[in-house]
Amino acid sequence: MADVAVRLTQLTKRFGGDATGRRVAKFVDGATPGDSILAVDHIDLEVRDREFFSLLGPSGCGKTTTLRMIGGFEQPTSGRIELAGEDVTWLPPYQRNVNTVFQNYALFPHLTVFENVAFGLRRRKVADGEVRTRVTEMLALVELPGYERRKPGQLSGGQAQRVALARALVNKPAVLLLDEPLGALDLKLRKQMQVELKRIQQEVGITFIYVTHDQEEAMTMSDRIAVMSRGRYEQLGDPEVLYEHPKTRFVAGFLGVSNLLPATRAGSVNGYAGFRLGSGTAVRVPLTLLEGRAAGYAVGVRPEKIRLFEPKDEVPAGLNQAPGVISDASYLGVSTQYIVTLADGHRVTVYEQNVQRATKAELWASGEQVVLAWAPEHCFVVEDGGATDTASIETPSPEPVVA
Amino acid sequence: MTATTAPITLAGPPRSVARRGARWIAGNLPWVYVGLVILYLVVPIAVIALFSFNDPVSKSNLVWHGFTLKYWLNPLGVPGLGDALATSLRIAFASTAVATVLGTLIALALVRYDFRGKGLANLLIFLPMATPEIVLGASLLTLFVQVGQPRSELTILIAHIMFNISYVVVTVRARLAGFDRNLEEAAMDLGANPWTTFWRVTFPLILPGIVAAALLAFSLSIDDFVITNFTAGPTVTFPMFIWGAARVGVPVQVNVIGTIIFVAAVGLVAISTLAQRRRSA
Ligand SMILES: Nc1ncnc2c1ncn2[C@@H]1O[C@H](COP(=O)(O)OP(=O)(O)O)[C@@H](O)[C@H]1O
Ligand SMILES: [Mg+2]
Repeated sequence: MADVAVRLTQLTKRFGGDATGRRVAKFVDGATPGDSILAVDHIDLEVRDREFFSLLGPSGCGKTTTLRMIGGFEQPTSGRIELAGEDVTWLPPYQRNVNTVFQNYALFPHLTVFENVAFGLRRRKVADGEVRTRVTEMLALVELPGYERRKPGQLSGGQAQRVALARALVNKPAVLLLDEPLGALDLKLRKQMQVELKRIQQEVGITFIYVTHDQEEAMTMSDRIAVMSRGRYEQLGDPEVLYEHPKTRFVAGFLGVSNLLPATRAGSVNGYAGFRLGSGTAVRVPLTLLEGRAAGYAVGVRPEKIRLFEPKDEVPAGLNQAPGVISDASYLGVSTQYIVTLADGHRVTVYEQNVQRATKAELWASGEQVVLAWAPEHCFVVEDGGATDTASIETPSPEPVVA
Repeated sequence: MTATTAPITLAGPPRSVARRGARWIAGNLPWVYVGLVILYLVVPIAVIALFSFNDPVSKSNLVWHGFTLKYWLNPLGVPGLGDALATSLRIAFASTAVATVLGTLIALALVRYDFRGKGLANLLIFLPMATPEIVLGASLLTLFVQVGQPRSELTILIAHIMFNISYVVVTVRARLAGFDRNLEEAAMDLGANPWTTFWRVTFPLILPGIVAAALLAFSLSIDDFVITNFTAGPTVTFPMFIWGAARVGVPVQVNVIGTIIFVAAVGLVAISTLAQRRRSA
């Protein structure tokens, strides 16, 4: 299919286990020279043409290794890499129509900004005149006109970032690989560059594969995201699907805050699956949300989807409800964050916009009895690994899988 | 009021001058210190330069007798001096060239690749620097005699290349240790094959280290006496010539040549420093 920019088939990278095992042992606590690290574990992936695709995951989950294999800097242990339908698995970097923006920018310190950007064109023996026009165009695109004669040492972090981008894009690669390119910038600049990167990507119409551990960054920019953990991705989809309907406990916890309540199936009634929570409360979930999930469920709901009622209030029909006690309230200005403890001791996070209740006196106070209510359609169902802590899931430890 | 201040003012001038001086020294102590160190380093060289203008009455150039330019106008006017200088320069250039190329390649291998015996190689590189020159010279002589190699300019050259390689490896390796490998990956990413990557990225970036190594090798070679003396046979280098001449009295021309070498060395270092500063600007 022509509209697939990159296809990975069973792509695997194992570090060590042989002669390099000694070096691996130096890197990883507890590893012995014979051990090997499965950095990338049989990944199948299709990145579409002109798409902004993100690999999102905690540090050490194999994002960089995956990207480096696509770029040609790392040789896969097994599997296959195709670019626009062509098998490039064993081609060196300089024979792949792919360019990379490195996390530390990797600008050539001995060359001017102009020569940095022109480097790729010069390698392809592009005529001088054309080099000049294309470099000038590219510097205009990244909003650095007039910087041609500077050396990388005279640039700020944000400017160096733009030069690195220009240097890669000027070659009109089929795919641009970006490894946490904004990691070294301060928050304000990072936000600004996120918008800028998205604009540039749409302007040049090149496929971007973007690596980040920042879920907000991935959500802001990406058309689709693969959430990675321990050398594989747990779920792939557009940001909205990943947020609203995470498939696993890990994805639910990595993107935003979620409440996960272990539940047991209890029949189904006209399109809804019944569940019984640990506290004995019965809740309903649309049957369609169970698709693709193995048994052993937990029912999840995002904090902003829950509404709080007084016990004497009439809760609108059709909502799931669960009684609880407010155990903490933090006023955040735009909203208030409550921690509500259910009858079985589970703690649930709730965000309430400060609209109906806005002053201190009106907010719920610790110890007050409340009823949590949320629409069945706002639930999501994850396969439950059996963990019981439900408030907000911490990112799983970034320890590598030692095989 | 005036009565109380008057005695102080009276006694003031001598004491306050001393105090002001002391305060000045305290305030500028780092500069005073640096000045003294520089003086310490420069005085012997200044003496050499000064005595190249001396017009001694006897063969020994140890007492100032009067100013003359005649030795500067005829710097090679001592039999043997010109040949000795030419020999030293030949050996210095040749050993620097060979040692710089070999040493740079060894440094690249030691930093870039993992291979069996790398630890041993790293250790052996230090040996020529750690071994006393006199031991090295004597053992080289034994070696040359054992293999039946007559001593000549060639044996000096072999010896100089040997110790120069060590210094080049250590100098270039230090430069390579801080080298960002991502730069080479970036070059390949942009379409440069390994050969182009080396010449366009790696080499220009480690060049300052290579130049420093070459300068060091050159100066080590041109002034080496101990090892050279063991391996020279009938050949006479510049330092050997001076050593021989010193028994009767060092000719003023030696001061002239010494001054020229010194000025040339300082000039080279200045040029390479300036060039580097311009490149990184
Ligand atoms: N050159 C290497 N040698 C040995 N192990 C490595 C090497 N590079 C990466 N790893 C290991 O592979 C795993 C994945 O690393 P990486 O792809 O860099 O993760 P990420 O980019 O997601 O933080 C980590 O456990 C890391 O320690
Ligand atoms: Mg990484």
